Parts: sequence; structure tokens; C-alpha cells
Amino acid sequence: MTSFFRLYLNRLLPQLIALAVIVVAVSLVFPGFLNLEIQNGRLYGSLVDILNRGAPVVLLAIGMTVVIATKGIDLSVGAVMAICGATAAAAITSGHSLAGTLLITLAVGILCGLWNGVLVAVLDIQPIIATLVLMVAGRGIAQLITEGAILTFNDPGLIFIGSGSFAGLPMPVVIWLVFGVLIAMLVRRTALGMLIEAIGVNRQASTLSGVLTPVLLIAAYVLSGLCAAIAGIIAAADIRGADANNAGLWLELDAILAVVVGGTSLLGGRFSIAASVLGAIIIQAINTGILLSGFPPEFNLIIKAAIIVVILVLQSPRFRTAFAFLVPARGASKPSERAAK
Amino acid sequence: MQTSDHILSAIRIEKAFPGTRALDKVDFHLRRGEVHALLGENGAGKSTLIKCLTGAYRRDGGAILLDGTEVDPRDTFEAQTLGIGTVYQEVNLLANLTVAENLFLGRQPRRFGMVDVGAMNRRARELLADYELDIDVTRDLASYSVAIQQVVAIARAVDLSGKVLILDEPTASLDAHEVAMLFRIVRRLKARGLGIVFVTHFLEQVYEISDRITVLRNGQLVGTRETANLDRRALIAMMIGRELAAEIHAPRAQTSEGPLRYRFRNYGRKGRVRPFDLDVRAGEVVGMAGLLGSGRTETAELLFGAHSADSGQAEIDGRAIDLSSPRAAIRHRFGFCPEDRKTSGIIGDLSVRENIVLALQARRGWTRPISRAEQNRLADHYIRALDIRTADREKPIKLLSGGNQQKAILARWLATEPEFLILDEPTRGIDVGAHAEIVKLIEALREKGLSLIVVSSEIEELVAYSTRVIVLRDRAHVAELDGNRLTAHEIVEAIAATNERRAS
Repeated sequence: MTSFFRLYLNRLLPQLIALAVIVVAVSLVFPGFLNLEIQNGRLYGSLVDILNRGAPVVLLAIGMTVVIATKGIDLSVGAVMAICGATAAAAITSGHSLAGTLLITLAVGILCGLWNGVLVAVLDIQPIIATLVLMVAGRGIAQLITEGAILTFNDPGLIFIGSGSFAGLPMPVVIWLVFGVLIAMLVRRTALGMLIEAIGVNRQASTLSGVLTPVLLIAAYVLSGLCAAIAGIIAAADIRGADANNAGLWLELDAILAVVVGGTSLLGGRFSIAASVLGAIIIQAINTGILLSGFPPEFNLIIKAAIIVVILVLQSPRFRTAFAFLVPARGASKPSERAAK
Repeated sequence: MQTSDHILSAIRIEKAFPGTRALDKVDFHLRRGEVHALLGENGAGKSTLIKCLTGAYRRDGGAILLDGTEVDPRDTFEAQTLGIGTVYQEVNLLANLTVAENLFLGRQPRRFGMVDVGAMNRRARELLADYELDIDVTRDLASYSVAIQQVVAIARAVDLSGKVLILDEPTASLDAHEVAMLFRIVRRLKARGLGIVFVTHFLEQVYEISDRITVLRNGQLVGTRETANLDRRALIAMMIGRELAAEIHAPRAQTSEGPLRYRFRNYGRKGRVRPFDLDVRAGEVVGMAGLLGSGRTETAELLFGAHSADSGQAEIDGRAIDLSSPRAAIRHRFGFCPEDRKTSGIIGDLSVRENIVLALQARRGWTRPISRAEQNRLADHYIRALDIRTADREKPIKLLSGGNQQKAILARWLATEPEFLILDEPTRGIDVGAHAEIVKLIEALREKGLSLIVVSSEIEELVAYSTRVIVLRDRAHVAELDGNRLTAHEIVEAIAATNERRAS
């Protein structure tokens, strides 16, 4: 068990270091950054805020990790968020119960994933093109659902998902924590993780070895659609309305970035959901940190880009070989969390 | 003293990779106007030496003398300018450009700053005329066979470099006729005074074309000999350090025929292989011989369900079965080692362990994972049983040599306890040692009562382990040889006879 933890820690070490450096840097510029306090049985503070604000990207990154592990990519997740936010708002305002609304919305997300998956796995269309279709069309569909307006709602149950709290933590944080652990257990406690990695490295060889390739590929995109649906519900519940034009806008790129910062290769194969979640939190920590540090807002995107370039350079194989003598244990970081079994 | 007749000398070349010493003070001397075969098992250091000579790798120590002057190519481009040209097994040209564009890429003749297509095509035709090649240079390279692409690559390399030509397994995917054409060209270049380094696994070709042989083993120089003074047995002994020649060409053991188990009737698929009948008994090895493109691989893929048949039926023990997908075939305890290990066999980034358990895990389904302890046990068992050379079971399989990758894929199927095993070119491109072990494994499996289909271009080898050999031509099964008629001579006759018929 201890050796498993060491492997796990080794895999996540670069991300943990990056996150720690960012947190320390921001707390130097903005002293109140690390403060935590409990009010009305709920935890408040900048750190909690990062986890809360980062929820949509964390959720998207979970699905995106699995899709990328199959050597695919899902550009449609931002648009699917918009569709699902609109669906939830439309369902709740037209009188459906909270449970019914959630079920309908998740089903719509799954349907979107199914569409992508069928295009990729059955019709053999390149993932970037296949998901581009829904990325472009998705916002149109969302606008049709909201009939062009921002559809607001007042249902306390739905709002609770965006701004309520459970066990002292904001609901979005609880949701992604529970969902992330569930999915990570699902892929690593079963053989799914290995089979997905095999497909990502060599789809043809996997098929010839009897792996049920098309079904697993579709499942990966369905998971991504499901994640986008949950993220869409959270985003809509947060602003108490569905904005077809702006909900989830560009978040597919943040999700891809989170996966990359998490160290999963875009060429498919080895993946780590925990690392991608950390990647998403790193991105949110940068966003929040820049805002709090009081830099003029026009610098934000450039500073963010610069920090990400630094993180990616630190991860690059060339850099690692050049500075291997500094971190002797780095070679052992390859076998990822699969050691769980 | 060596500079006069040596066009290229590599002296005490050293190169280390993390954990291994790939080249240990290796000397290599290439004369003007000779074909010099560079041989060794996989992992012996041949490719590393070549990459040091062409600048693809930076050597750690030693010197390279070209025409007596020390050179230090930093990359392949610089090596080319100095005079060292290389042609690799996988043609490294651009298939979507025309032949002429490929020949003059990066140095197109220009007029008024624009590419002068007319002049380029004319010069390309002149250049290729030297190689007995009269083809339309304005067509895409992809529209020509690998052999012609290979010649174009040679023409480009010689035109660019002109002193030393390195051929890295150029014949691996050529048929006999194409090899003959390639060798005519090599002889002509040799007569022009080029030094030619020839890397291959085909020993027949070494004896046919080379003047001298240099053998490497485990990164060290074993020796350089005149080809004429080195017999095959001695050469193999140099390469593997033990005598295996006898084992490879051992006489076929008489087999006790088991019951008929697999019946294929009128089995075929349009455009891939014409309908054929095939019966396979338990404890039988059925060989498949024929030229490239004769339908050997297509037959193997059809039997495994990699492509589904559109005519005929398959039966096991008299019961009709469905073989429409690999999964269906695996359910009936079929296994398949594909011809192209890299693209359809190994899962490169995954570990040896994962590669071995993959097919078994896929058959069990994702909800019933094989425990890590069981995976380790399986992997260790097969690593030991098949003598898979790997530092440990967690090493990514892509880092293993070809022969060890092949053994790991065999292990992947053996772990599923198959009853019908289809092997497509199981010994292609692997070293002599692993070659003999795989042949022995095929025989051991037959004795255990498995049914095997083995596709191979090596006819001697087919004769050694097959109970019957089926000869294919033009995507059809045309002859079946067994008993006394099962000799290399008869197989070649069967292939050649049909070829003559085609020509007439």
C-alpha cells in the first residue's frame, strides 16, 4: 500500500508542486489568501472559492481525460453545457419536478455524448471534426431551447445545486469530489482504465485482441457528455438562469488545458483523472490569484498564459532529461494510479 | 595506412543510453566499391551504429573518418552533404508528392525564383534512367510499389551524397523479383565506387550481394570477415554466440494426426480472397506459402474475423460458428498474431505485463478485472517460459526488440489458452536466436494438440514445422502439399508454375 501511495504521489508531484507554488505566490501578494473561516456552518475563503469556481472545468476535465486517453478530443463540451443549462432551465420553468429536471438534463447530456461517440466510433470521423459539429451547432440548439432569451428560474432546489452547501462545503465542490472519486474508482477498480489506455495507444491492435473498441469509445464520449451536463446544471444554477450564448463559452479549451497540465498526453494512452482535476484547480487558482493580486485586468490572460507555459516546460520530456539529475526519482513516475489493484 | 582504400572508417565508436551500453568501442571500415553487410541480432547495436554514422545520434566517443578526414555530422542533413546517404526500411519520402518532387525536394531547379517544373521532371527522368527506371515522374510517389519507392529513395540519396550509401533493411517488404531489381542497382552503384552498407535479416541476401560482413553482438564488434570465406553456420555462430542453425533446419517430426476440428467451406470475401475450403485437425500446423499479395494475410485475417467472410461457413467439431469479428473468434478460442507487429500487434506505451494480459482481460470483460497479483503471475510466467528479454514486466513493450515483442504477443494469446492459433509471419524481422525459439514454440504447441495456421515467406521454415502447406496465388488457394511432396523445392515449383501461367 505504501509503495502504491509513493507511485501515486510521484505521478501527481509536478502538479502538486505547481499548485503549491501558485498558492504561495498569491498569498505573498494578497495576504488574506489563505484565510478560512466558518460562517453558518459553511467554509468561506479564497481557497474554497477556487474549488467552487473551478467546478465546471474540473467536471469537464474528468470526461475530457477519458476521451483524450482514447486518443480523441471533445470540443463540444462547452456547447453541451449550454444545451444542458438551457434544458434544465426550460424543464424547471415548465413545471417539472427537480428530480425530473435533473434526469431530463443528464439524459440530454448523455444523448449529446452518444452523438459524438457514434460519429467517432461507428462512422470513423476524426474526433476533432466530429465534436466540432456539436460545438458549432450546440449553441444554436441551446438558443432554440431558451428561445433566444436568458431563461431565469427561482426553484430553490435547483439554485441549491449552484450555491447551497453540504457538510460545510459548497455544493459544486461536493458534486465534483463525489463524481470524480466515483469515476476514478470505476476506471481503476475495473479493467476499463487499461482497456481505454490500450485503445488510445493502438486502436487496431486492441480490436484484434478482442477489446470491444467501438462500445468503449462511445462510452468515453457519453461520459464526457454526462460531465458537461452536470457542469451545465451547476453553471445555470449558479446564475439562476440559462445563458445560451455564454454558458460554458471556451471552457472546452480550459478542460483540454487542464488535462494537459495534468500530464496526460494528447496522443492518448496513459491517463490520470486525479492529475487532470489538479490541472483544472491549478488553472482556477491562477484565474482567482490574478484577480486577487490586483493586477490590471488587461494583463490577466497574458499572465495566465505565461504561467501555463512555465508549467508545460517543466513537464516536457526534454526538460526532464536535461535536468534529470535534479530529481532522481522522476523516472519512477511513469506507472500511474493503475497500481491501485 | 587505412585511409587509402577505406572510404569510411568508424574508430572506437561509443554510445550509451540510460542503463545500457549500446556501442562499446566499435570499429567499422568500409572500402570503396564494396557492399558491406552489417549483421547482428536485434539489439546488437546495428541501428545505433548507423545512427551515429548519419548523425541521427551524437556519439559519446570515437572518431569517424570519411575519405581520410575526420568528420562530425551533427544531423542527417549534414551527413548527407558530407556524402553519407541513408535509405531506411520504411521509405522516408513524401508519398503525396510526385516522384520528381521527391527527388529534388529542397533543391528544386528554379527559374525567376519559381520552381521550374519542366526542368525538374526532365532531370528526374535522366536521374532514374541510370536506375533502369522508366516511370512517369509526375505521378505521386504513393502510386508506385514499395520497391520503386525504395529505388527512388536510393536515387535521391546517391544524387545528394555520392560517397557512402547505407541501406537499412531495404528488402524487408520486397518480393523476390523486386529484390533482384534492387540488387542489380546496388551492383551498379558498387561498380561506380560507392561504399555500400547493407543491413538485413535475410542471410541468403547477405551471401548473394555482400563482399564483407561485420557482425555486432551486444554492442560489441565480433569481427569483420570476407563473405566468401565465412560459411553460414560460422556466421550464425558469430551472430548469436551459439550454434542454432541445426535447430532451425531440423527435419520435420512425424505427427500423429488428431481429429478433424475446424472446417471452412467455400469461405471467402470479395476483393480479399476467393472462396476456399480448409480443414484443420487438432495437433496440426497448416503452412501458407505464396508471394506478397497472394492472399496469405487476407486468409489469416478472414479466419480470425478481422474481416468478415461474405460467403461460405465455418464449423468447429461439426457445429456451425460465427466468426464475424475478432471477439467472436476469440470466444471460440482463436488467437491471431498479425503480420505488422507495430501497427496491429503491440500496444507500444503499455507495459509488457499489460500487453500479455490484454486479450484475456478483453475476453473476461471490463467488469471482471484480473487482479494485479494474477497479472503479475501471468506476466512472469510467460516472460520466463518464452524467455522474453526485458528488464522487468513493467517496461513499455515498445522498448523491447522485435523478437521479444513477438514473444510477448504470442504470450498474450497463450494466456487465453487458445485452441486455434493463426500466426502471420511470426518470424519476420526478428533475430536468429528468437527465430529458433519461436519455431520451437510452434512445434511444442502442435504437440500439445493445438491447431495452427502459419503464414511465412521463409519456405525452409514452413517445411520444417508444417504438416501441410497451402500455396496461394492471386488471392486464391491453388495447391496443397503434404507428405512426400512437402519440400521447399515443391513449394517453390507450385508458386513458380502458377506465376508462369499468369505470365502467358
